[in-house]
Amino acid sequence: MASLRVLVPETDKDSVLHTVPPIALRRRLTDHIMTGVAVLTVILVLVPLFAIFAYLVYRGVGSINWAFLTQTPKPVGEAGGGMANAIVGSAFILALASILGVPVGVGAGIYLAEFGRNRFGDVIRFTADVLNGVPSIVIGIVAYAIVVLSQKHFSALAGGVALAIMMIPTISRTTEEMLLLVPQALREAAYGLGISRWRTTLSITLRTATSGVITGIMLAFARVAGETAPLLFTAFGNQFWNLRVNQPTAALPLQIFTYAISPYDEWHRQAWAGALVLIILIVTAVAAVRFAVRRGTFGAA
Amino acid sequence: MALPAPRRPDMPGPQPIEATKVSERPLAGGQAAALLRETSGEIGDQLFKFAMFLCGLAVLAMLGLIVYELVLRSGSSWRAFGFKFFAGRDWDPVNEQFGALPFVYGTLVSSFLALLIAVPLSIGVAVFTTEMCPTLLRGPLSFFVELLAAIPSVVYGLWAIFVLIPLLSNYIEPFLTRTLGWTGLFVGPPYGISMLAAGIILAIMIIPIISSITREVLMVVPQHQREAALALGATRWEMIRVGVLRNARAGIMGGIILGLGRALGETMAVTMVIGNRPEIAKSLFAPGYTMASVLANEFSEATGNVYLSALIEIGLALFLVTIVVNALARLLVWTVTRGQSASARA
Repeated sequence: MASLRVLVPETDKDSVLHTVPPIALRRRLTDHIMTGVAVLTVILVLVPLFAIFAYLVYRGVGSINWAFLTQTPKPVGEAGGGMANAIVGSAFILALASILGVPVGVGAGIYLAEFGRNRFGDVIRFTADVLNGVPSIVIGIVAYAIVVLSQKHFSALAGGVALAIMMIPTISRTTEEMLLLVPQALREAAYGLGISRWRTTLSITLRTATSGVITGIMLAFARVAGETAPLLFTAFGNQFWNLRVNQPTAALPLQIFTYAISPYDEWHRQAWAGALVLIILIVTAVAAVRFAVRRGTFGAA
Repeated sequence: MALPAPRRPDMPGPQPIEATKVSERPLAGGQAAALLRETSGEIGDQLFKFAMFLCGLAVLAMLGLIVYELVLRSGSSWRAFGFKFFAGRDWDPVNEQFGALPFVYGTLVSSFLALLIAVPLSIGVAVFTTEMCPTLLRGPLSFFVELLAAIPSVVYGLWAIFVLIPLLSNYIEPFLTRTLGWTGLFVGPPYGISMLAAGIILAIMIIPIISSITREVLMVVPQHQREAALALGATRWEMIRVGVLRNARAGIMGGIILGLGRALGETMAVTMVIGNRPEIAKSLFAPGYTMASVLANEFSEATGNVYLSALIEIGLALFLVTIVVNALARLLVWTVTRGQSASARA
């Protein structure tokens, strides 16, 4: 009878507690330790990020002045001078790359989303993903072989071609993903109105996915904007102004590289200023993209 | 029956439309068909599809072009050295003797070192963001880690030259020599510019890649796996280990290999810190040289057909290795995340 007493309602709470044994101290400790380790990894990863930004701002802000933004480089030993030609040159090369790369990339994305639901589409999809991982320096070699060797000298065009080759796979894959997010009913509604397929794709599907497609383009742009390796032997760099397609052209990342490995303090100072300008341009682009994505309907970047 | 409502210009909103007859009699059969064809634009459709097809083909053509140019232009080096090219240790442009072994060694060691540092850190970050951290922190945290990916490699290099290298040569390398010098991996003068520096900077650069892919695959682990583990009385860490990480193994492996692919091909930051000397040394404090950095340093100054061709052959080897590595990684990631919509992978 005494054992039955245990099961009466007043003691129910205790018996439930006893059926679920407490978790062993060792297991609880492991749990806490692993949580601590995870937090520690986050800290270890974020430290270099903040260290880089803090040092960049610390060294860069003091070095950016009006001369830096408006003058061309001075010869070694002379103080002053700036990277204006490199900033403009970078913009020029990036514009060339975008003109070449964006239409092809978006076109390939449209093909993959609208016509490429088959084996051939899979092949292109896989190729694009693999091309994304090709080292940028190898793409530089190819642009050198195609453009520089046939033109017989380094040129802005060669740099543009190299960067365009790097942009196309990224743009095509993100464009495809964004177009696939557009509801099928929208397309069908357009077809139902008797609108032709190409018109539907351009004016309905692409239009609806615009914010997402632009996100993809901006991400690809931000990625190639900081690229140095493919420009080393295509755009080559230049100490002077150049806005001709077939001449060597200065680029901001190239100039930073040249100045960083030089032994002159004045050049180091300018390298930091250049890096800060470059980062500001890129981070602005990425932040703008995130802002646009959060507001846009199809936020899946 | 229902009379059309009278127009009320004084009221806001759309006005009722007055019915008007479009056409008195139906179009003749032929006319209608012609009109339909015109508006549906069969020719336009075909042209459009063809143009988009060409754009898609361009992606394939780019890969073909890369392979073609690299194979074509590395020919004379291949004929001169054959397989010995990757076994030779001499890199002597003056006497036209080229052996790429030091570069292959440097690339492999620096990338392996980077993985050693980056993998535990990135998995930790991914686990923290998906399983542990408060929802409020999740967005900013992944944003910061992504920001790490947005920094151009030349800026990493710049930072490494002026911050990381002095730090290494003044504090970390002497410390490592004192504590781990007996292994033989951490001996020699602590100049800072070394294989170790290259490994560290590469690790910082590939962490965002590995951790974002890992986060992606952790997020597609079904929620009921977690709930089942917890229901069996697992602690949170046991749930993560048994219910989450074990399920995501293949995908995490894919992310790691993708990071490896990036590390193998990374050029600028490594070139700026590795020391650029074609030697094979056991110590991680010794300078080295990677395949990508030799291209960056010597390509535009290469004189002579064989020299240029040897460099392009290095490029070809680098290309082939990264293609294989990336294809492998993509296949792994694809098999894990297949069937998930694009939004779920964000």
